[in-house]
This record gives sequence, C-alpha cells and structure tokens, in this order.
Amino acid sequence: MVTTQAAENLTALLAAARAVPDPEIPVLTLGDLGVIRDVRAAGDGAVEVDITPTYTGCPATAVIASDVQAALQRAGADQVRVQIVLSPPWTTDWMSESGRSKLRGFGIAPPEPAAHAAGPVRLAFSVRCPHCGSIDTREISRFGSTPCKSLWTCRSCTEPFDSFKAI
Amino acid sequence: MTGVRTLPPLVGYALALGDDALILAQRLGEWVSYAPQMEEDIALANIGLDLLGQARTLLSYAGAVEGAGRDEDDLAYLRDDRDFRNVQLVEIPNGDFAVTMARQLIFSAYQYELYTALLDSGDPTLAGLAGKAVKEVDYHRDHATQWVLRLGDGTELSRARMQAGLDQVWPYVDELFDPADAAGLAGVAADPAALRPAWERYVTRVLDEATLRRPEPRWRSRGGRSGLHTEHLGHLLAEMQHLHRSHPGASW
Repeated sequence: MVTTQAAENLTALLAAARAVPDPEIPVLTLGDLGVIRDVRAAGDGAVEVDITPTYTGCPATAVIASDVQAALQRAGADQVRVQIVLSPPWTTDWMSESGRSKLRGFGIAPPEPAAHAAGPVRLAFSVRCPHCGSIDTREISRFGSTPCKSLWTCRSCTEPFDSFKAI
Repeated sequence: MTGVRTLPPLVGYALALGDDALILAQRLGEWVSYAPQMEEDIALANIGLDLLGQARTLLSYAGAVEGAGRDEDDLAYLRDDRDFRNVQLVEIPNGDFAVTMARQLIFSAYQYELYTALLDSGDPTLAGLAGKAVKEVDYHRDHATQWVLRLGDGTELSRARMQAGLDQVWPYVDELFDPADAAGLAGVAADPAALRPAWERYVTRVLDEATLRRPEPRWRSRGGRSGLHTEHLGHLLAEMQHLHRSHPGASW
C-alpha cells in the first residue's frame, strides 16, 4: 500500500510541476511547453525533478527551476532537487496541442514541425498570422524578444507578431 | 604567474571550447544598442546568449572534471588572460558590422561542424551539449550567411566593406583547426583538422554565391589555445570581470 501511495504522490507532484506557468510566456504551462522531463523519489526521501531548457542560454531556466521547487513544496514535498538535463535536446515538437492553441490565442504563431527546419534543404514555410489568420506574412528577423521566437509582420492586417521557432 | 597551466586534456578541451563561446558572447554583447538595426541588436544579443549558455555548461564541466572546486564563475571571472584558451578569432575587436559578420560566418560554420562531430563523442556531457547546441548554431550560421550574401552581392560599397571584413578576419581561421587541441582525447574530442573539409565546402559556397573573393592572408594567428593572446583580450576581460572582482559573490 505504501508503494501505491508513493506512486500517487509522484503523479500528483508531476501534475503540480506541469501546471507551473512559464515565466516568459505565462499563458503556457511548463507541461504545455514539454520541459518537465521526470519527477521521481530519490533514495534519501527527496523528490528529484529533471527539467530541460528550451535553449542552453535561456535566462528563464533559473526562474523555472525555482518556481518548480516552490510548487512541489506547496504540493507537500519536503525536500526537492531540480536538475537541468540537456539530453535528449528539447524540441518544439514536444509542445502540446493545447499549448499550441493557447499560443495562437496569445498572439504568438505556434511552431511548425521541427522536421521542416532540419532538412538538408531549408524550406521557408509561411507562418499564419495569429491575429487575422492570413498566410501573407513576412519574417522581419530570425531572432525575437526571447531566444525561442522570431519576429514577423502580417501584410494583410499589418500587425507585427512573434512566431515560436521550430527547433 | 606566467605560462599556461598544464591541465588534464579533458579539462583543457572543455575550457578551450567554453572560452571560445564565452569571449565571443561578450564581444557580441558589445553590439547591443549599436547595431545598424534594432532587429540586429536583438539578433546579436540572442546569439551571444546561446553562446553564453554553451559556455556555462562547458566551464561548469571543466571545473567538475578538474575537481579543484572551481565553478563556472571562478573560471569566467577569476582567471587572467594567460589562462584563457580561446582562439584569437573570438577576441579581436568587433570592427564594423561586416567584420563582425565575417567572423560570425567563420565561427558559426566551424561550431556547426564541431557540435555535429561531438554528437558521437564518448563523453555524455559533451554529446548532450552538442545535441542541444547544434540546433542553436544552425540559426547562427544561417543568420551570418544571409548577411554575407546580402552585403557581398549588394552595392559596390557593401561588397567592398564585406570583402574588407573577410580580409581582416581570415588570418585567424587556421587556428580553429589545429589538431593539437584534441591530443590525448580520441573518442571524446572532435579532431579539429577533420572538421575543416565540411567547413570549407560550406564557406566556399557562401563566398561564391556572395561574389566574394576568398582571402589569401600572408600571416596566421597562433597560440590562443596555449594562453597567448592579442592585447585586446586583457581589455575585454577587464570589462567582463571587474564587477565580480570588485564585489565577490555579488548576485541579483
């Protein structure tokens, strides 16, 4: 029974970690983003969490680690250790469907499948404007307000918007 | 203290790659608020941030393998120029935008081949970082390529300045591919000389398309990996390190 109880606790803790909002794009949870890799019980009674950064230099990583720590302590874990793991590398393909539609609602174009970006020939797909839905859009800069986004503008509604880069 | 410290090969290798990324990140940060367009301010800061993230992983790893209690901050902020192992390419001043783009093309094309090769490293930390970083560097290389094409195959003035930028940084190319850097690390490090053919193919294709001439320098830089640097590195370090040295342990 004890093991069942422990497993239920871990499931609850995993849900708590996944429910933490992303500090840069608070409309997304860490679960939507796909950066919570694992939650497990360590031998010494602590709870260990693996998180993976979107980009190696993403400044939000430290904030995410401390937010997850706080959320798990609120959910009843006494001792929490957060580890940053790089491998396997995070990809935008891990973003949930609900995350993609939340992004669109927030005015950010969701990422296209990463396979398109990684082929031997770089294919330039047009990005759909999250405001008016037009595909008559143009990239202004490959680098946007955070490492994970590029900057676009829509020729139809003339609004600028961020696009989540496929990686 | 003079003379470069003798370090275990893996520590030296992680420091060399980490120092390349750290110093270039610092140089790119100098462009913030000075780039020709606001989008370029953001782009160069983003690229610098990726490099800084790679540097943190590599310097932390070097410190852990060394086992002498030095963390990433000790290594970044408390070493003097003779203990830095970066190639001279990354420490030379930014010059104009064309010089910076020439350096970015050379360096990101090199880093792309480096991280691709390190995907197969027997060292899990290096292979793990490579898997992450190669996707970031792909964007850096593409960014530099687009600018070299636009400036090279642009107006008479932009072409002349892009060519001058290439001429200025080309003497620093050979140092990236010095096979001595991976000595004693078979199966772990990427042999620098083996990275060169793919690098040559990529860069040559970009220069051809940009109607630019491949420079033929009459001298070449050497010694960065063993702590011999240009006068510029000391000035860069003074700016980068002074806060940490004046206020040890400061954080915000």
